[in-house]
Formats: sequence, structure tokens, C-alpha cells
Amino acid sequence: MDPGRGGGLLDVVRRRHLLRLLVKKELRVRYWGSSLGLLWSYVKPAVQFVVFYFALGVFLQLNRTIEDYPIYLFSGVVLINFFTEAFGNATRSVVVNAPLVKKIYLPRELFPVASLVVAIIHFVPQLVVLVVAALATGWRPAPVDVGYAVLGLGIVGAFALGLGLLFAALNVFFRDFENIVDLLLLVATWVSPVLYPWTAVREVVGDGWLLQLYLSNPLTLGVELFHRAFWVPGLTQPAELAPLQLPMLVGGLLVLVVLVLGQVVFARSEGRFAQEL
Amino acid sequence: MEAVVVEGVAKTFHLRHTRSLKETFVWMAKRRDVGNDFRALDSVSVRIEQGETVGLLGLNGSGKSTLLKLISGVMRPDEGLVRVRGKVAGLIEVGAGLHPDLTGRENVYLNGSILGMSRAEIDAKFSSIVDFSEIERFIDTEVKFYSSGMFLRLAFSVAVHTEPDVFLVDEILAVGDEPFQQKCLRRIEELQHEGRTLVIVSHDLDVVERLCTRGLVLEQGRLVVDADVTAAVQHLRRR
Repeated sequence: MDPGRGGGLLDVVRRRHLLRLLVKKELRVRYWGSSLGLLWSYVKPAVQFVVFYFALGVFLQLNRTIEDYPIYLFSGVVLINFFTEAFGNATRSVVVNAPLVKKIYLPRELFPVASLVVAIIHFVPQLVVLVVAALATGWRPAPVDVGYAVLGLGIVGAFALGLGLLFAALNVFFRDFENIVDLLLLVATWVSPVLYPWTAVREVVGDGWLLQLYLSNPLTLGVELFHRAFWVPGLTQPAELAPLQLPMLVGGLLVLVVLVLGQVVFARSEGRFAQEL
Repeated sequence: MEAVVVEGVAKTFHLRHTRSLKETFVWMAKRRDVGNDFRALDSVSVRIEQGETVGLLGLNGSGKSTLLKLISGVMRPDEGLVRVRGKVAGLIEVGAGLHPDLTGRENVYLNGSILGMSRAEIDAKFSSIVDFSEIERFIDTEVKFYSSGMFLRLAFSVAVHTEPDVFLVDEILAVGDEPFQQKCLRRIEELQHEGRTLVIVSHDLDVVERLCTRGLVLEQGRLVVDADVTAAVQHLRRR
């Protein structure tokens, strides 16, 4: 046996039990000493929703231009929140677990994957708030809408994991990457149609390849799919849907490339983690 | 049959002076050293038979821990190759896998799993692990409230229950009070009788002489003595 050579993400599947314990540890540590515990992750998105509703919907009067604007906005926001947490924490995951990485061999992919799982767990309360709000405004989903949501979450999750693996490895060598990632995350909210409709982009760049490029961003794909799942079914007048066939192909391919690239870079630099930390 | 094969292994550490991109670029532009190299191991070759207990000796900084980390897979060699037969468990600094915010019980599961035990294995051995550590009363208390002795007992107790084929022990026999130390030594002797392979790093030459059959002495990253343990200990004492 060749010590220290792992099977990448496959090892994570093999050591599911350890993954579960790492996730549990992460949650325990984060909520240790707080009496509300995981309840906090319900309070935060609920407050966020109320603030958005009044600030953007009522005061900025976006409710008049976009029907059900709070739902439109919030379905994008929860997905971006998920991406931000998964990608950000995955980037830091190896450095944060330095004591473990330096002393004991275990498949290091476990750390970014654990970050992703924790992000999914934190995503659930936000989803609950979103669903309750959508139901209140007349949302009645069809099975295909649920499919859109799952697909959107899958695309964004895989994208976050790929980027997380890549930047977690780079962050071991240069801590600057943490800040670069923070910057990328700041941009993420604005390069996808979270606060504005995608048609606003079309008005500026036209119908050509620039629009296709914009729509091919995996985050845009995810957000648009979430709109279709949670916002479109509740509308009284049908909205104009973005053409997603070609972008789905390009964006899906991009996610795959990022995932493979992240895994390859991670696996190749993994052998040097212990000495660089 | 060999349990561990180390062949022509070299490991160089690049000691970097900076962790930031900016400084690295600035220093490179100024042609200042961004780091210097340190050869921790140099063409080391060792074959360890199954069931052997080998003491790894040497002064601080001679490369003992680096060699253990290469065998456990925490690091990979720059040159040469390392091969291990079966499951390796390292007691490379006890307590590395313990998390202060978790209870003793949770830590037994987490640490056991990190060291490669399956859930069923840990379930089966849980009470024996707790008995060995002698801290039943505190098993549901967060580990951060433990005394340092209790902390080490728990960590050691989990590690000796992992049943690896190759067991790496780094400077951990100085755990706890005298009675507990004796218990640890007895447990290690038990592992020997079960035919497991042990590699022990220690500065306590008496302990090494008592446990090991063969001794390796490292000096500045080179293997200078590979003989029976008495000769190796004498070599070190003569210095």
C-alpha cells in the first residue's frame, strides 16, 4: 500500500461515517453555548426576508414592476446564501483543520465536502421560510417545479464544491486566496439575476452571444431555475422566461470542468499540505 | 514478510518566509530569498519485518518524526518510495484528533473514525476504551474541561484500540502518571504479542530498550545505525 495516496472524492463516499461525524462536530461547535442553537438559522433568513420585503418591495416600489417581487428576490437570495457559505467555508476548511491535516492521514477531501454538507443543512431553514412565504402568496407547485429546484441546487452545489476544492488547495499555499474568494462572493450576487430581472441584461447587451454567456453562468442558471420553481408558478400574469437550453449545456459543462479541475489540483497538492500548513 | 519498506527516501522542506502573494512577488523582484531548503531526510532505506518492534532514535531535529509522517502518509517523500502492508495507525502527537468543544463520548467516535475504525468497531469497543482511560465519570463532559492528564488518557486509549497492522508511536509514552504509564507499556506489549508491527520514537532510552528489539539511529536526516537495540542505545549514549 502506498501511504498518503487517496482516491479523491471516492474516499469520501467510503468514509461516510467520518463525514457525518465531522459535520456533526462542525454544527456542535458553531452552536455551542447558544440556547436557540440551530433555530438561529431560521431567525436569520426570516428577518432577511422581512427587511427585503419592506426596503426593496415597498419603499423602492419594485413590487410594482415585478409581480411578487419579495418571492422573486428571496428565491435568488437563499441560493446565493447557500453558494456563499459552501464555497467560502470550503476554501477555509483545510487551513482551519490544520492540526488534523498535519498529524493524521485521512482523505482531505472530507473537509471541503463537510463544508458543503453543513451549507446544505443551513439551507434547509431558508428553504422553509421561502416555501412558507411562497405559499402565502399563492404558490402551488407542480412536480416539474420541484425538479427545477433540485436541478438548480445541484448545479450550484457542484459548482461550489469544485471551486471550494480548488481554492482550499490554493489557500494552503497563499492565504490571499481567502480574500480573493470573499471578493468573488461579493460579485456573485450581482452577476446573476437576483435583485433585477434577466430581461434588464438583455436590454443592455442585446440578444446575442453576450446574453448567452451571461445566462451560462452556473449561478444564473441556478437562480433562474429557482425562479421557475418558486416564483413563476405563483404569478397571475405569465412572466417571460429566459432561454436556458444552450446555457444549460455550456454551464453544465463548465461545472463539470471546474469540479474535475478542483479535484485534480487538490489531489496533486494534497501531498504538500502537511508541510505547508 | 515486510510490513514497512522505505527505500532511498529523501525529504526536503522549503522554509518559506512569507505566506502572502504580495510579499512573495516583491521579494522575488528584489531577488531576495523567499525561503531556504532544509534536508530533513537523505537517502534513508529501512525494511521492517512483520511483528518487529523498532525504536527510532536520534536527537531533536534528526528527522525521526518526518520519517514517521512519511510512513503514516501524512507527508509524501520527494524521492524514493514508502510501502506499507495493511492498516497504519499513528500516535503522532496524541490528541490531534480531539476537539475541545465535543464531549468525551463524541470524541471517542470522531477520533476513532479518524484513525480508521468503523462505526461498528467503535460501538463494540466503546466500553473497553472508556475503561482503559479511567474517566467514565467525565465521558459526557466537554473535553475542554478535562485536565491535561485526562485528555491524554482518552486520546491514548482510543489510539491503542484501533488494532492497526502497523502502529506508529511518537513520544507518547510519557502520558499520565506512573500507574497509567505502566498500563500503557503493558498494552503496547500486548500489541507486540498479537504480532503487530511497532515503530516507536522516544527519548526515554530505558523504555526503548525494554520494548524494542531493533534500533535505528538518525543523525541529520541520515540513517547511521541499524542494529539491535542495545547497540543503538549505546551509540546514542556515547555521544
